[in-house]
Amino acid sequence: MAMIDEPLYPIAVLIDELKNEDIQLRLNSIRRLSTIARALGEERTRKELIPFLSENNDDDDEVLLAMAEELGVFIPYVGGVEFANVLLPPLETLCTVEETCVRDKAVESLCRIGAQMREQDLVESFIPLVKRLAAGEWFTARVSSCGLFHIAYPSAPDALKTELRAIYSQLCQDDMPMVRRSAATNLGKFAATVEAPHLKVDIMSMFDDLTQDDQDSVRLLAVEGCAALGKLLESPDCVAHILPVIVNFSQDKSWRVRYMVANQLYELCEAVGPEPTRSDLVPAYVRLLRDNEAEVRIAAAGKVTKFCRILSPELAIQHILPCVKELSTDSSQHVRSALASVIMGMAPVLGKDATIEQLLPIFLSLLKDEFPDVRLNIISKLDQVNQVIGIDLLSQSLLPAIVELAEDRHWRVRLAIIEYIPLLASQLGVGFFDDKLGALCMQWLKDKVYSIRDAAANNVKRLAEEFGPQWAMQHIVPQVLDMINNPHYLYRMTILHAISLLAPVMGPEITCSNLLPLVINASKDRVPNIKFNVAKVLQSLIPIVDQSVVEKTIRPCLVELSEDPDVDVRFFAGQALESSDQVMMSS
Amino acid sequence: MNNGGAEAAIAPVGGSQPLEWKFSQVFGERTAGEEVQEVDIISAIEFDRSGDHLATGDRGGRVVLFERTDTRDHVGHRRDLERMDYPINRHPEFRYKTEFQSHEPEFDYLKSLEIEEKINKIRWCQSANGALFLLSTNDKTIKFWKVQEKKVKKVCDMNMDSTKAMGNGPIVGSNISTSSKQYIANGGCTSNEFSFPTGGFSSLQLPVVTSHETNLMARCRRIYAHAHDYHINSISNNSDGETFISADDLRINLWNLEISNQSFNIVDVKPANMEDLTEVITSAEFHPTHCNMLAYSSSKGSIRLIDMRQSALCDTHSKLFEEQEAPSSRSFFTEIIASISDIKFAKDGRHILSRDYMTLKLWDINMDSGPVATFQVHEYLRPKLCDLYENDSIFDKFECCLSGDGLRVATGSYSNLFRVFGCSEGSTEATTLEASKNPMRRQSQTSSRPSRSLGSLSGVVRRVKGADNSGVDANGNAFDFTTKLLHLAWHPTENSLACAASNSLYMYYA
Repeated sequence: MAMIDEPLYPIAVLIDELKNEDIQLRLNSIRRLSTIARALGEERTRKELIPFLSENNDDDDEVLLAMAEELGVFIPYVGGVEFANVLLPPLETLCTVEETCVRDKAVESLCRIGAQMREQDLVESFIPLVKRLAAGEWFTARVSSCGLFHIAYPSAPDALKTELRAIYSQLCQDDMPMVRRSAATNLGKFAATVEAPHLKVDIMSMFDDLTQDDQDSVRLLAVEGCAALGKLLESPDCVAHILPVIVNFSQDKSWRVRYMVANQLYELCEAVGPEPTRSDLVPAYVRLLRDNEAEVRIAAAGKVTKFCRILSPELAIQHILPCVKELSTDSSQHVRSALASVIMGMAPVLGKDATIEQLLPIFLSLLKDEFPDVRLNIISKLDQVNQVIGIDLLSQSLLPAIVELAEDRHWRVRLAIIEYIPLLASQLGVGFFDDKLGALCMQWLKDKVYSIRDAAANNVKRLAEEFGPQWAMQHIVPQVLDMINNPHYLYRMTILHAISLLAPVMGPEITCSNLLPLVINASKDRVPNIKFNVAKVLQSLIPIVDQSVVEKTIRPCLVELSEDPDVDVRFFAGQALESSDQVMMSS
Repeated sequence: MNNGGAEAAIAPVGGSQPLEWKFSQVFGERTAGEEVQEVDIISAIEFDRSGDHLATGDRGGRVVLFERTDTRDHVGHRRDLERMDYPINRHPEFRYKTEFQSHEPEFDYLKSLEIEEKINKIRWCQSANGALFLLSTNDKTIKFWKVQEKKVKKVCDMNMDSTKAMGNGPIVGSNISTSSKQYIANGGCTSNEFSFPTGGFSSLQLPVVTSHETNLMARCRRIYAHAHDYHINSISNNSDGETFISADDLRINLWNLEISNQSFNIVDVKPANMEDLTEVITSAEFHPTHCNMLAYSSSKGSIRLIDMRQSALCDTHSKLFEEQEAPSSRSFFTEIIASISDIKFAKDGRHILSRDYMTLKLWDINMDSGPVATFQVHEYLRPKLCDLYENDSIFDKFECCLSGDGLRVATGSYSNLFRVFGCSEGSTEATTLEASKNPMRRQSQTSSRPSRSLGSLSGVVRRVKGADNSGVDANGNAFDFTTKLLHLAWHPTENSLACAASNSLYMYYA
């Protein structure tokens, strides 16, 4: 047993706890691995700590995950880049464990280390590691290897490059679907490092294999590869090789594959260029918008704006808009909801005339949709359409929609619309707001559900910010303050909360003249809950108002509360007094 | 996808020659007069894909694993082994490997419902790194288990004087750990206080791990819960290696093995009004190679094939297999005995075997007009359906299984009997065996009635499909409805059967 100097004691404990029974302590030690390494010095880290960690590979997943992460940034602690290869063995073992998140993290760390390693070291130790993993006995190793090729490949000599391509091709045809999935996922990254001639031959043949895989789960990952490969290939090659694949995929038997195409299609348009987009991809997209499977239509509808942005307005109006019209009356509410969340973005793309003529009726019908989600999605993106055609055309239909949502029986719907009120206020302007929405904002303060009252109080504050204290003083503060006399204490509490939020926005003058008297008055409430909330509000007012007001009004009130029979009231009053003392001391 | 070699290996053994079944092993044999504990009754049996492991689950929520002992040493590359084609000269022998408590009895306080710990199904998953993985389920909760050899570690050479700490009693020990926790909570205080010398502190040393004994450990890796309102009757892995389904009476859910907090409902047969309920799901299984196909059976005797490519919600089937009973022979029991208790895909993925109360049926998925073969399991019980209904036996759920080569099928019956049928073209093989050390005992008895045996060879009764059942004792008293053989499994590559008779596991080979 070694004698440990007093100052080293914590580090010694840290080291011992690498093997503690308690997983939490082990985890803590692993997270402080850099401290341990510095205490041991670079040489002993290389010769003792790293081998020690390599053996420590049957620990719990959480510990292994932390270890994989720490080792990724460990180069400085083993003596710099020239010793980086000592970090590879422990990470190699971590690449073979069966827990996916540990493997992924180990691969990520290996990539990070590999990116810094010297070329010679890469050839001598990193590439052999990749080859070992790719030939691994268990599928877990082979899965991990796929994510390392893009680091290994660039620095390999020609002969080795050929071998690496062959190995990757092998992985694309592995028996295990998990390995093929990983190969499909990483194909784009690997392809980016491969020279153009090989790209066209080797990589494309691997890609072809993957696109024809039996397993849906592999094919749908190959869809992602389309976009990545498409960007790497010259435009004519892309049209020749990728385009047919995409068109095929868009008619795949499996809805999951079509779903992926619907999600990715707009990215592919950029890769193939405008002409093939017009002739092939637009029809493909139109098919997806009219797909039998609702999930596919949801994905396609969600991308309608992004897709239109790539097209010319004429094409969009001619081909896409008719589908959009159909989708706005789709039988699935989720499709309509997805459409509603993006359709407002089409207004800037189509321009004013087309928007008024074609889109406006769709907006209006979606605003009247029977499902609140659809209406909410339209309202949430109002600013986009306002920029193009102005709000006037919409306001007629907007108000009934808002009122209906504001009174919806599901409180989550009411909550959602409250969140949009400041946005609506800014878009609609003060005039419109005064007439129509002011009353609603007051009504929410008296809602049955706490979350709504809470959001309503916050909403009042945000409105005051939007339109300024003067406006707020005229239009909302008096109504809010009126409600402090509500017979139910929960509603009175809401108003106290609103006051504490309003005070910083309104400024010290209005606070002292209008808000503070009410609060002081409320300190005489018969309900203790109100009283200790008064104490809390007063505490929040202290920094806002003038020192003299604190002395004259707030403190006496708090002192009185601190002698209240109720223990909670005394507690919060005491807290408030303390904080007022601190403010005085500091000033 | 990878089974080609194995199938080829046993093909010559198959053919229409009836198999001679011999007793191989028994685990948990009941001694005379021993009373069987309810919790020990086996409720699930499953071989893993290689056939090197066997798992059983029981009503007490335990899973017991057995491993094969007669196989060659596991040397060489696993992928080579997978492809290896070797002649079999010995029959599979198993030994007890380990056991663990998979499920515990629970109580659902929201629904005031007791949840039994009984294991309903076990399914093996892809093994990795020498560890075994399996799914086990009771009525409500599916669990993902990893069974692995773990090194038993003994740590020595600590920096802190552990002997001293021990000498001073546990208080000192706890002081050390709390002080270290504080240190950690305070964050990087040391890095500020110290400047680390370039050579490091030589007095610090890493703990040394000594003992290297290994120990089998079962760890529950994931729990897939709260997704079923009704009792789970099946779980099944997908060939893609990343998903599985679980089926209850009314719904089938699709899970990703790595995600335990959400699942997708792909089939829902619950009617808007529960009074309209006429049919429930009784069993579901994925196609062995096509990741998009699955089949489920119903209490009305139909099997539906689903293509998951067509739609996210698979309420409409792509194929329906059912056989209508001739109206003349309909009776009160027709619907009850039509209920399918189990379905299994053959390894080739082309055939589906189904078991209803009276028969085994083999279906070709390319032929939905009717089964390609029907095997009567215990036709002699037909006159006694009324008694069976009264003692609830008519609702017993017998499982069925196919041999790896798809040439034979097997299922259980009462009195601890089970039956093996040949299903290849022209085969008349139909053997009745008893789950005991002398499986042919039942037959030698019956064959003593010469007039009743049909084409009996070497004293074994072989019945043609649907033929007269009178070869077996028909006086009724000899049949014991309490000893029923519900669960059995066929080795994936060899002619070896594992059957559960109450708490005992009997193994046979041919």
